[in-house]
Order: sequence, then structure tokens, then C-alpha cells
Amino acid sequence: MSQSYDRGLIEDFGRWTEFSAGMWAWIFHKFTGWVLIGYLFTHIAVLSTATVDGATYTQTLQGLESLLVVRFLEVGLLAVAVFHILNGVRLLFVDLGIGLESQDKAFYAALIVSAAITVASIPTFLMGAF
Amino acid sequence: MSTQITETETETETESTHQKRRLAEKHARADMRERAKADLSEAEESVKIKVFRYDPEVEGKKDPRFDTFRVPFTKGMTILDALIYARDHFDSSLTFRHSCRQAICGSDALFVNGRQRLGCKTQMSDLEWPVRIEPLPHAEVVKDLVVDMEHFYDQMESVEPFFQTNEIPSGELEEQRQTRENREKVKMSTRCIWCAACMSSCNIAAGDNEYLGPAAINKAYRFAMDEREGEEMKEHRLNIIEQEHGVWRCQTQFSCTVVCPKDIPLTEHIQELKREAVKSNLKFW
Repeated sequence: MSQSYDRGLIEDFGRWTEFSAGMWAWIFHKFTGWVLIGYLFTHIAVLSTATVDGATYTQTLQGLESLLVVRFLEVGLLAVAVFHILNGVRLLFVDLGIGLESQDKAFYAALIVSAAITVASIPTFLMGAF
Repeated sequence: MSTQITETETETETESTHQKRRLAEKHARADMRERAKADLSEAEESVKIKVFRYDPEVEGKKDPRFDTFRVPFTKGMTILDALIYARDHFDSSLTFRHSCRQAICGSDALFVNGRQRLGCKTQMSDLEWPVRIEPLPHAEVVKDLVVDMEHFYDQMESVEPFFQTNEIPSGELEEQRQTRENREKVKMSTRCIWCAACMSSCNIAAGDNEYLGPAAINKAYRFAMDEREGEEMKEHRLNIIEQEHGVWRCQTQFSCTVVCPKDIPLTEHIQELKREAVKSNLKFW
């Protein structure tokens, strides 16, 4: 529907504090989706420069892993990927018309499980980084 | 000359009756305000409502703003009750739609405390005070809380929201009966009161004027799922809803389902129509 004038905070993202679970799920799904696409392109670009021979590959990876920021980004990447997968499963059920009345609970579950897996992964990713 | 004299006479006469009427109205308004004062001092509780005001036709009211009214709280008071009280006692220019006051006519969908709600169905006691009342988002505001519903009605009409069939029973007075199961299937979808709360809550409809929107798709569902319409008509209905700006625009944000005052599982109906559309188009050969 069209708008005749700017109603400021009444419209859309000014109301983010009032979004429902389904809306947040949608926003996070879009966001994580774009992050994953961005990662995929970076991944291909970086690794294609490293696939010259074994030594270059090892050197590139060791160089990346020695950077603290890369370690943190890996944790972030896992969080993003896990949420995207879990919410993707939720959306699959939504598409199949199964359990739509508990879609909000499914979203909260996806958030909690993603958080738990991310926290559990921190020791692995950050081992020897400091 | 004589005509002129008569004209002036009539004018003064009408003016004086106008004057009297205006004075009477002014006194009535003053009375109302006095009564409101008395009500407020008598009432145990009073609730503040912040109401969106905007009138493009009056100089000085062209800028959207909020007016605050203090209304005596009574048990069982709805948002609509509070608005009616404010209009009758404080500001007769406060404009909003209402009719049946029992959640059937669908006139008073409002944006209350950040959510689309039906004014007559929302209890004041269920909300956080002060209560903020705004017109439906994503719709053009005509005045105060009144929005232009034209676009919404256009979308509703585009799905042919009426029963139609090519399979009329042979006997002249034979009834066209529906099975109990089929009635159960469409039961929730028949409850729509055309209030446009869902359409207003939908992020996709806000950005895509051609999108049918939850209410129209629900209406299409009500008839597409009605077995009495027959296979041929169902195909015709699926053709309407499976177009580019039909069911496929829904991104399952569930906003419509959350706000629907009649608890219609809108997203569920849209998803089912998506599956129906796939089934009718997918052919393995």
C-alpha cells in the first residue's frame, strides 16, 4: 500500500522492538543467508590462490589461522551457519504445513541450539590462539 | 429591491438559528467536559491514551502529532470505548471508524501499542498504559485514525470472493450440500471480517502493491477448498492465486497470523495453497 507522507517511526524498521518471533526469524534468516553467500565467495577467492601446491596451501592456511580475528570470525561463521540450517529445517516444516502453531517455539529452539553449539565450539576454534 | 430585502431577512434569520444551534452545541460540549471532570474525579482509575492526529485539510493540523486524553477507566473498557469517550467528551473532531462494536464489522482495526488490533475487541486492562493508538501502518491516512481501504478492497475483489460453480445440481430445488469435513476445512477461513489488520502487518504487502495479501489469499482459500465449486472452478481459482504476485510472495513471517483478530491461521492457508499450486503444476512424465 502506498504512503502519502512519512509517518516516521510508525513504519517498519522503526518498530523493530515490536517485531514478532516469525518476523525476527525471517530477518535472521535473510541476514545469515547473505553472510553465508559472502563467505562462500571469499572462501573460493582465497583458496583458489592457495591451491598451487601443498606447501603454499599449508602456508596460506597457517597464515590465516595465526590471525586472532580469523579465529573469531570462524566462531561467527559457525553460529551463522548453524542458525541458518536449523531455521531452514523450521521453514521446511512450515512449507509442509506441519506444526505451524509452534513455529515461534521452533524459532526460539533454533536460537538456543545455535547459541549452545557456538559456545561449545569456542574452545576448539580459539585453542592456541592466545 | 424587494427580493434583496427578503434575502437579507432570511439570511439574518438563518444566521440567528445557526447561532442558536452553535451556542446550544457549545453549551452541550461544556456540559460534557464538566461531566468528564466529574467522571474523572469519581473514577478510581483513569487511563491515558495517546492518539495519532492528522488532518490534511485543516491548517495547523497537517503535521502528524499525538494528542493525549485522560479517560476514566471502567471495568471491561475496550480501546474503542476509550476513543468514543474521548471524542464525545473532549474533542468532537477526533475521527475513527466504528460500527458494530462486537468484532463483526471489521471497521476499527487500529495500531495499538505497536500491534494491529481490533479496537472493540481489545481490553484496556490487557495493555500497557499509557496506550498509544495509531492508524494502520502501510495505508494512506485520510484523517486521524481513518485509513484509505480502497487498495485492500481491490485486492479482495481480485480473487473473486464469492461462491461460483459450474456444477449445479440437476433438480430445480435441489440443495447444494457440503460435507461436514469440508465445512470444517474452510471453517476458519470463513471468519474473515475484512478489517485489513493482516494486510497492514504484512511486510511484503507493504513493499509490493500488487501482492494479493493475506486476507485476499485466505478468501481465495475459502472458495478453492470448497468442494461444491468443482474441479474446473478450483483450477480457475488456482490460476489467480499462483500468479507472480499471488501466494509465492508470502515469506512466512507469520505477522498476519499473529495479528488476526479472528484467529484465522492465515500463513497455514497460504502455505496450503502453495502446495496445491505445486501439485496442480508438477507433472512427472
